Amino acid sequence: MNALLTRIFGRLPIGWLQLIHSKPRFAAALAGVSFATILVFMQLGILGALNNSIVAPYEFFEADIVISADDANTLTDGSNVARARLFQALSVAGVADGAALFIGNMEFKLADGTSSTLQTFGVDTGSGPFLSAQIRDQLNLLQPENTALIDTATRGVAPSVFAGLAAGAPFAFEISDKTLTAVGTLTLGGSFFTDGTMFVSDQTFLRFFANRSSGAPNHVLLNIDDGISADVVVARLRSVLPASSVKVQTLAQAAAADQAYQTTQRPTGIIFGFGVLIGVIVGIVIVYQVLSTDVADHLREYATFKAMGYAQAFFLGIVFEEAIVLAIFGFIPGLIVSLGLYAGMSRATGLPIEMDLMRIILVFLGTIIACAISGAIATRRLAGADPADLF
Amino acid sequence: MSHSAISLRGLDHFFGTGEARKQAIWDVNLDIARGKLTILMGPSGSGKTTLLTLMGCLRHVQTGSVLLLDHEIRGAPEAQLVALRRKLGFIFQAHNLHESLTATQNVLMGLQVHGAGNAIAQRRAAHHMLGLLGLADRVNYLPGNLSGGQKQRVAVARALVANPAVIFADEPTAALDKDSGRTVVEMLKSLGQTRNTTTVMVTHDNRILELADRIITLEEGRVVSDVQQS
Repeated sequence: MNALLTRIFGRLPIGWLQLIHSKPRFAAALAGVSFATILVFMQLGILGALNNSIVAPYEFFEADIVISADDANTLTDGSNVARARLFQALSVAGVADGAALFIGNMEFKLADGTSSTLQTFGVDTGSGPFLSAQIRDQLNLLQPENTALIDTATRGVAPSVFAGLAAGAPFAFEISDKTLTAVGTLTLGGSFFTDGTMFVSDQTFLRFFANRSSGAPNHVLLNIDDGISADVVVARLRSVLPASSVKVQTLAQAAAADQAYQTTQRPTGIIFGFGVLIGVIVGIVIVYQVLSTDVADHLREYATFKAMGYAQAFFLGIVFEEAIVLAIFGFIPGLIVSLGLYAGMSRATGLPIEMDLMRIILVFLGTIIACAISGAIATRRLAGADPADLF
Repeated sequence: MSHSAISLRGLDHFFGTGEARKQAIWDVNLDIARGKLTILMGPSGSGKTTLLTLMGCLRHVQTGSVLLLDHEIRGAPEAQLVALRRKLGFIFQAHNLHESLTATQNVLMGLQVHGAGNAIAQRRAAHHMLGLLGLADRVNYLPGNLSGGQKQRVAVARALVANPAVIFADEPTAALDKDSGRTVVEMLKSLGQTRNTTTVMVTHDNRILELADRIITLEEGRVVSDVQQS
């Protein structure tokens, strides 16, 4: 290692040698950097899970445009949309077809008395073109009353409960004090607000949600004619539909707006965002403490080097060398522990907490930058290295 | 190139400010010849060390003139001072070795200040210098595993390895036994004869006074005696 670093720096790797001179202190410093890295990874993992779980339901739909109530910020909040808006939209040039989408939550009661909350989508069984292949291919199964496609990754429900469905054997279960028969499956898993997902026909949905009306779905899905821009059709729809009661967006825009709203304006997203910031600050403070203590401990040696004719840049190089060593050697164990924690948390919560390469790269670069910032602050203590004090 | 390695003219130095301001050096005028071993003596607080640090570019020159190796230090920019320091060697009373570096690495620091250079040649030079000081079997020891005298000899090797033009030494024999101390001072004196290296040394060690070419005595910041020895 010494030879490699000597080759890289073109001088003795004094920062590295200083750090490893006291093994316990070096281990403690690395533990501190690793801790901060883990903190950031965990917050980003949860924030990522929040992001993923927000946009995941949108992937069940293949609509071009969605009409929502003007006060709707997410798939599930806001007022209902009058079905009349669907008919109005169909009269706009460029709109090919439309479908109503109903959304509500149902309690899936298990035999052991526990229950899971299912986000339930009610769709017209003739609305295949608006749905992803996973749902579209099973849509005909929903034509009989009180049937459902159920999420096999539902949190809190053992996969064995759905084993028969794979073999083509429907099973009946109690939900919202009524009996529903699962005839097909989908796979999504839990989010921060629900434990799983279920698709039913709009008729079944309205039977289970007695206070809902067929004339007031949550959203209206639209597909547009081939060869026309969705943005053009959105503009036309906005000119026809009253902005005071509905908003018109492409499905991608709706998903992005939902994500932005939930991560920046809802407490959950803000808390995790702050968690990342706090992790970074903790990391900077830990590394600063390590480096500034190290500088203070070596002031006489630095003063000696100053007397010998080493310039300020040399000392800055040592401090930054230490910062980079701490960043690299602290990051690696932090990443390994985080991978384990991700797996454990994902299993425990059913949330899609997954590591991706981009996050690894960003956190690594962030660790380097944070350590460099700490180093830059710590170098101020170098001013105390006065060679005249050596005599 | 002048005959003098160091010329001091009208040099005063003060510590503190306001009512606490105290003059430590009073109108010192000296010429230190090249290649000679000059010893500064005097009681504690007489200004020896202050004078040494002023001559060695380690302290800001307030009034008067310090000409070091034909360069005026007073008012010189930091970059010029850094460049001048690279031509100097310092031996401190405390060894001030870097605890994380081996004896060889500490000595290499005295060479690498001039650039990376040939690593093998530098290492060979460091080992040679350590060998001259009786440390050939300690080249890979960390300072923590060396005795006080051995550490001081490593510090001497670090100061001498780059063949400096001027060596400033502050009580370099304080941590050494009689024989080791004499060996070090004899080495400094022979450097003057063979390489024209100038040495300015502060010491209270009467055992080595006979080796000096010149003995300057200070009291209360003033030169009170200046004796050339043959």
